[in-house]
Amino acid sequence: MQFMLLFSRQGKLRLQKWYVPLSDKEKKKITRELVQTVLARKPKMCSFLEWRDLKIVYKRYASLYFCCAIEDQDNELITLEIIHRYVELLDKYFGSVCELDIIFNFEKAYFILDEFLLGGEVQETSKKNVLKAIEQADLLQEDSKPRSTRLHSCVKS
Amino acid sequence: MLNRKGRRWGADACVVGFSGGGVGAEFGDPLRERMVVPSLKLQDLIEEIRGAKTQAQEREVIQKECAHIRASFRDGDPVHRHRQLAKLLYVHMLGYPAHFGQMECLKLIASSRFTDKRVGYLGAMLLLDERHDAHLLITNSIKNDLSQGIQPVQGLALCTLSTMGSAEMCRDLAPEVEKLLLQPSPYVRKKAILTAVHMIRKVPELSSVFLPPCAQLLHERHHGKAVGPPILCFRSMDRRIENRMGTPAHRRMVVHTHRHTRNRLSCPWPPPFTSPTLTPGILLGTITLITELCERSPAALRHFRKVVPQLVHILRTLVTMGYSTEHSISGVSDPFLQVQILRLLRILGRNHEESSETMNDLLAQVATNTDTSRNAGNAVLFETVLTIMDIRSAAGLRVLAVNILGRFLLNSDRNIRYVALTSLLRLVQSDHSAVQRHRPTVVECLRETDASLSRRALELSLALVNSSNVRAMMQELQAFLESCPPDLRADCASGILLAAERFAPTKRWHIDTILHVLTTAGTHVRDDAVANLTQLIGGAQELHAYSVRRLYNALAEDISQQPLVQVAAWCIGEYGDLLLAGNCEEIEPLQVDEEEVLALLEKVLQSHMSLPATRGYALTALMKLSTRLCGDNKAAILEKMPLVERDGPQADEEAKESKEAAQLSEAAPVPTEPQASQLLDLLDLLDGASGDVQHPPPLDPSPGGALIHLLDLPCVPPPPAPIPDLKVFEREGVQLNLSFIRPPENPALLLITVTATNFSEGDVTHFICQAAVPKSLQLQLQAPSGNTVPARGGLPITQLFRILNPNKAPLRLKLRLTYDHFHQSVQEIFEVNNLPVESWQ
Repeated sequence: MQFMLLFSRQGKLRLQKWYVPLSDKEKKKITRELVQTVLARKPKMCSFLEWRDLKIVYKRYASLYFCCAIEDQDNELITLEIIHRYVELLDKYFGSVCELDIIFNFEKAYFILDEFLLGGEVQETSKKNVLKAIEQADLLQEDSKPRSTRLHSCVKS
Repeated sequence: MLNRKGRRWGADACVVGFSGGGVGAEFGDPLRERMVVPSLKLQDLIEEIRGAKTQAQEREVIQKECAHIRASFRDGDPVHRHRQLAKLLYVHMLGYPAHFGQMECLKLIASSRFTDKRVGYLGAMLLLDERHDAHLLITNSIKNDLSQGIQPVQGLALCTLSTMGSAEMCRDLAPEVEKLLLQPSPYVRKKAILTAVHMIRKVPELSSVFLPPCAQLLHERHHGKAVGPPILCFRSMDRRIENRMGTPAHRRMVVHTHRHTRNRLSCPWPPPFTSPTLTPGILLGTITLITELCERSPAALRHFRKVVPQLVHILRTLVTMGYSTEHSISGVSDPFLQVQILRLLRILGRNHEESSETMNDLLAQVATNTDTSRNAGNAVLFETVLTIMDIRSAAGLRVLAVNILGRFLLNSDRNIRYVALTSLLRLVQSDHSAVQRHRPTVVECLRETDASLSRRALELSLALVNSSNVRAMMQELQAFLESCPPDLRADCASGILLAAERFAPTKRWHIDTILHVLTTAGTHVRDDAVANLTQLIGGAQELHAYSVRRLYNALAEDISQQPLVQVAAWCIGEYGDLLLAGNCEEIEPLQVDEEEVLALLEKVLQSHMSLPATRGYALTALMKLSTRLCGDNKAAILEKMPLVERDGPQADEEAKESKEAAQLSEAAPVPTEPQASQLLDLLDLLDGASGDVQHPPPLDPSPGGALIHLLDLPCVPPPPAPIPDLKVFEREGVQLNLSFIRPPENPALLLITVTATNFSEGDVTHFICQAAVPKSLQLQLQAPSGNTVPARGGLPITQLFRILNPNKAPLRLKLRLTYDHFHQSVQEIFEVNNLPVESWQ
């Protein structure tokens, strides 16, 4: 996978994970164009499109678009499963996840993604293992906070 | 700094210079004035930003907050640094600059607190990139974390390295990662393995570093000791395993693994950080790493071909018995792993007979046993098909793969139809007959509402056209052409035309097809379509009448489609006589007369929709028609030619004339609108424009003869003639009539059309008419339309006399007729009496 973008129906970016080195300017340009392209698609169209020299796989979950760019030899259908698995992980973690959860806890969304994919490849196929890893990391984070601030931490479990 | 109103503080407040404390903690020196800088929590900032009603307001909030953050960074507050950075990362995602946080990432990564590291590494991944040298500064921290950190920290470091690690960093840190590959903790190992994948991508030479551990990883399935005697349940499979695997140690290991997977329910997967036992995560990572190695290094490829049997076994186990339910999706065992293994098998089996053969059975098994009710199963199936098509698989297997794709085409999920169409398109050349079998389904997909699917269906359909199915396919494709989205029209039209060219069963069918395309999608055809069609029609002599008739009808209905108009105009020009002849057995008879044809061409000429090139075609057609059409009783009209310097030298007029000729004979640099209308006026009276050398010049040479001959038309519809006709001769049913025209622009000119008619029972042949006028007048005789007048009112002979009478001398005319009639030679000489005065006054 080259990159994954999450954005709202208004085109606001909620998460961007880049697995290829690009300048900030290039990233912004790509994001802008791709968001436009995907938002222009009609609801009944298929989840795949060809854009520049990449294959784009996207799926809308409620108010969020999950958009991945894969290479020519990659399997589009399994990418859909990757997206779905990520949504399931978010759902399990936040409990009925909605866009607001991802907005207000964007770092958590990144952490979860980083336990599922690494370098653009799937690293763990067990939902349980991923969530366990996050849980343990969250606990560590809790432990490492200074006493006084712990009361106000908002780690959802 | 003063407290800010409206900001929440209390527990949020941090005191600059004070570390680790908060409200309620004891202050060292109660008298010392503390500067309290309240800092927003991340979520509060987000709320505030979202509360902004306008872009400008949002910008204001953010700029204010960034100022705080910058100050906080400057002051070096370690306690809340992670929070400040988190906020900065949020505004960065909204598109605001955040480069001043880069150094803070470094500081956070270097901190010992896990919270700091977590946010710091995240910041590094988002803000640092290999274009800036700053990114190298974290190399040391990563190195430390990799070698000394606790597992979660190692995880963070590996993750960051695999996301943004530059080539330099990868080279530096390869040894650390290599060490981690064989560590006990599966959690760290699986991350290290995938980091190695990234490193190889960045620095291919590192392949040599990571190849040796790879092999071991694959073989290493279980750390623990064998528990109890092995249970050999699948005897034949085990025997096969025994035969394949050499050493007893291997066998033991494999058998034990075998049993392990069967007892999966009694052996739940242990938590990730602690257990040393097998996790599929390692297997998946290992397969991914091996794939990467094989793609980059032929040596690795050769090396790993040896493990094909092992891979086959792993996949077979996965498919038949599976791992635990936590790894499966919709009843398909770990589809991610299956797909990855299939991908590796593809690379290993490519161009390698032996490996391909080894995997044949397994691929067939996966292809037939995978559950296709949900996307996960179809994803595995799809990967299987891709593998089958890419390796040296048996013919039967290939057919199986194509059939799977054919089934995909019928799936209700349009994503599946999409990948099927894309794959079939790749296969249509190499496995043409297998794909042909699915032609009906492909054609159905033309009706897709999603344009990206119908586009692929179109490409595929065009690729499937051959000589046996061309008629049926063309019907479908033409129906598609009528309703397809505009951006596909051009491709569809040219596809149809190309296919028609290659496979047309008959010429007539071919012409019909092209005609249909031109009428349906004329504006979308390529430029050479017109030339191709004219050439095609020209070469099919037996279809000239048919073509011109059909094209005329099409043109009569619609003159907006330029290529159609051009071809039709050309055709009418070439074969207008056939059009007027009226008979064509292939289509219904239609009475078309000259006026209609010419009117139509004139309409084309005048239409604002007609391109210059189209006008050129129309003009040329009209010119051709002027020499081909043969009317009756039409007096030739000379009008509006810019010659009329009757006293002027003929040579000048000739020169002017040939210039006109040169202009008019070219279709391409066609006159613009005003010129066109001048010519139109000319053509109104249907004077043939010059330049067309279809007919030999008339026989009568005279000083201005050439000039006038070029301008002559034998038969044209007469303008209203105020001078009455005159019958000058009658004998045994043979009559001679004169009709007169005095063109208003040229009062010295008199045009007489002599018409010989025959109402007798016998033909008139060898008819010659000669004339003489007084010396003060000039007479030119044009060639007659013929020498024969058939009996009983057959087609008359007409002949044009031009008389120049500048002095308005009284007109006198003597005629001499010779002809054969009733087997007798007739000769008559007489002077015409009762010439109307208007003819010369």
